Amino acid sequence: MLSVETARERAVPAARRSGGNLWRITKYTLVKGTTLLITVIIAVYLTILIANMGGYVDKMRESELRFQIAEEINQNEELRLLTVQERKTYEEEVFRVRAKQLGLDRPFIVKSFIYLWNGLTLNLGRAIHLTSDAGSAYVDNIIGERLAPTLLVMASSQLLLFFSAMFFALFLSRRYGSRLDRLVVAMAPTSAAPAWFYGIFLIMIFAAVLHWLPFGGMIDAPPPPGFWAKVGSIIKHLILPISAFVASSFWLSSYYWRTFFLIHSSEDYVDMAKAKGLTGRAIERRYVLRPTLPTIITSFAMTLIGLWTGAIVFETVFNWPGLGRLTQQAINMFDTPVIVGVTVIYAYLLALTLFLLDIVYAIVDPRVKLGGGENGS
Amino acid sequence: MRAIRNLLNQIKAYPSAVVGLCIIAFMITLSIYAVIKIPYREAVRLWKGGENVWIEYPRNARPEWFNLFYKEKQPVTIVMKTTETPELKTVTDLGNGIAAQDIVFEFDYQYDGFPAELSLFFTSKFTTARPNVEIKWITPDGREINMQSMSLRPSEAYRISQDTRLPRRLNGLQPEKGLFADPANPNKVLKGTYQLVVSGLVFEPEANIEATFVLYGKVHGIAGTDHLRRDISVALLWGAPVALSVGLVVAVGTSLTTMCLAACAVWFGGWIDWIIRRINEIVMILPLLPILIMIGLFYSRSIIVMMGCTALLGIFGSGILSYRSMFLQTKTSGYIEAARAYGASNFRIIFRYLIPKVIPVLIPGFVTQVPSYVFLEATLAVLGLGDKDLPTWGKLLNDAYSEGALLTGHFYWVVEPAVLLVLTGFGFAMVGFALDRIFNPRLRGL
Repeated sequence: MLSVETARERAVPAARRSGGNLWRITKYTLVKGTTLLITVIIAVYLTILIANMGGYVDKMRESELRFQIAEEINQNEELRLLTVQERKTYEEEVFRVRAKQLGLDRPFIVKSFIYLWNGLTLNLGRAIHLTSDAGSAYVDNIIGERLAPTLLVMASSQLLLFFSAMFFALFLSRRYGSRLDRLVVAMAPTSAAPAWFYGIFLIMIFAAVLHWLPFGGMIDAPPPPGFWAKVGSIIKHLILPISAFVASSFWLSSYYWRTFFLIHSSEDYVDMAKAKGLTGRAIERRYVLRPTLPTIITSFAMTLIGLWTGAIVFETVFNWPGLGRLTQQAINMFDTPVIVGVTVIYAYLLALTLFLLDIVYAIVDPRVKLGGGENGS
Repeated sequence: MRAIRNLLNQIKAYPSAVVGLCIIAFMITLSIYAVIKIPYREAVRLWKGGENVWIEYPRNARPEWFNLFYKEKQPVTIVMKTTETPELKTVTDLGNGIAAQDIVFEFDYQYDGFPAELSLFFTSKFTTARPNVEIKWITPDGREINMQSMSLRPSEAYRISQDTRLPRRLNGLQPEKGLFADPANPNKVLKGTYQLVVSGLVFEPEANIEATFVLYGKVHGIAGTDHLRRDISVALLWGAPVALSVGLVVAVGTSLTTMCLAACAVWFGGWIDWIIRRINEIVMILPLLPILIMIGLFYSRSIIVMMGCTALLGIFGSGILSYRSMFLQTKTSGYIEAARAYGASNFRIIFRYLIPKVIPVLIPGFVTQVPSYVFLEATLAVLGLGDKDLPTWGKLLNDAYSEGALLTGHFYWVVEPAVLLVLTGFGFAMVGFALDRIFNPRLRGL
């Protein structure tokens, strides 16, 4: 994704200049940040264009507004007595005022920029049908409420997966060719199926057949009293999603890291370290892990990105009350503001991850020069 | 030709790849069979058919081979029609244009399970006076149970299982149970020959009654049926060509285009390179699934549109960067220099010298990508954004999931499409991994 090459080339080509490291890091960060911000703006605008191409969404909102007005008139005792003609003009009048309030009367180009600004400032408007558990109809409240559960399940499974796979791979690379090693190689293709897919099987086995674990959701309904009982219930509900995640990617990750470590253990400097008589652990830490750190970090960031986008179906399958499930509910209810809001949030999260990645990369990888120094060859 | 044979020889060294190739071959055969057996239009018509097409099929029936594993054998569907077997009907003229039309549906019931439903469908011909029928049930031990007497409209359905008056005559049991229960033990089926006797009376010389008796079984076919009585095997069969074509077309198309674009970007450099890299940066930030969801929701759920958009975003995805860095290395090689020296055109250099160099990386790449697109289609379908017309594996999963198949224990409904999806995915992944190890010198022997 973000190879050394590009990172190097993206670093500002400037003449060698003396100056504090801090200044260089700041400058690098600023340049990176600005580029990413521009990218985010374009991405969000594209999202809005797609969401509202041909004014389809506008039409939907208009008809919704008309329906709403007609309903209001029907419910009003006095207005119900109006003649057909009067009623029509009244409806039109109300519609015109309301549409103006909502900015529906302006041309699409203008509106798209209003939407863009609203999107970027996270002023995501009101949902059409969905509400947050606290009862708010504002999209940002709804999304905010769902962010924590997504983070909980995704972060715990991704972290578990990442570290377990990496250390398992280190262990394997020491036992290259063993039966366990061959098993991992053979099992790697099983990761072709995504996590939700394993989820279905796990639910079937452990929830439907064995009745050991719950089918889905985050906590028992009604929630058990007491803090620790609640935590216990959440952990019980976490087991299957996390297992699905780990089951789907553990073999491939182990295989990938094992191969990676094997390639890097055959470098000359590792042989040199072995010749010096260093212990296996010291070699691993100083001569295998240290030089490969940038790649490990990149891969970790990519897992994080996968975290954000992989959640939708995963949470749907596990009925997990997170962002992904919200997206799915919004799809079913045709709740456009929520869908656009979620997409914008995803774009932001992706950009933020990439941004952090770039900075960490620049700090860790000595080959990436910060805003100066070696001019990307 | 020799290159291919060489490659096949190398693949033979990897048993998993051989298995993978077998799976792919099986899937291709299945696809061809599906397309020949059920043409596209027929598949769409069947899958969207609803009750008219599937009326004689049971609801949520398990596959027939389940009977092999259980001691209690479940019934298959029995359909008897007077239009097909006229012997079922005897006509006696009673004079004055009045005639008795007696229909006897006789069948041998040797299963241990009760049927799922019972229905009787009539079509009758008359001008003014509606024919009359009396329906009676005769059990193997000779009990006679009067069920219903009714006068018929041109088309009439008597859903025996939904007759609310019948349970009173059957000790409170549901008709489909009570009619078959052993009087000594109401939870056991009384095996033997049952008769459903329809004594009809028509009051006009030209009038006529035709009847169809359907005993809905609890098992059906090789794949079972779903909540709309549809035969799941139709979707299982048709899922194969859909999955294969989606996976292959998108994977091959995306990787080829990406490669060509990367080659052009590297070779021409300058603003072309700049633009392609900026597009890549934007695409990296666009969340693919939400975008696809919006497209599916607002414009079209057609599989072509959805996969087209996936391909479009995939072209500028992360792959382009790795190709780019490969081409950057190749660009400085001596033979490119030589080609430039003899005056080769840009086009020639790109397509004859640059691109062939990375083909070994390309092939394992797209083979391993195939499963991800196959599963992407399933993912979209599970979210309810599957193709409107086509029956696919993903749509089966979606139906099963939204009908709570896991909660109600209809596991076959989930497992069948899932197993096929897994097979396809694993098949391609196994071959891809082996190819990767064959083509990638750094991985050789690892």
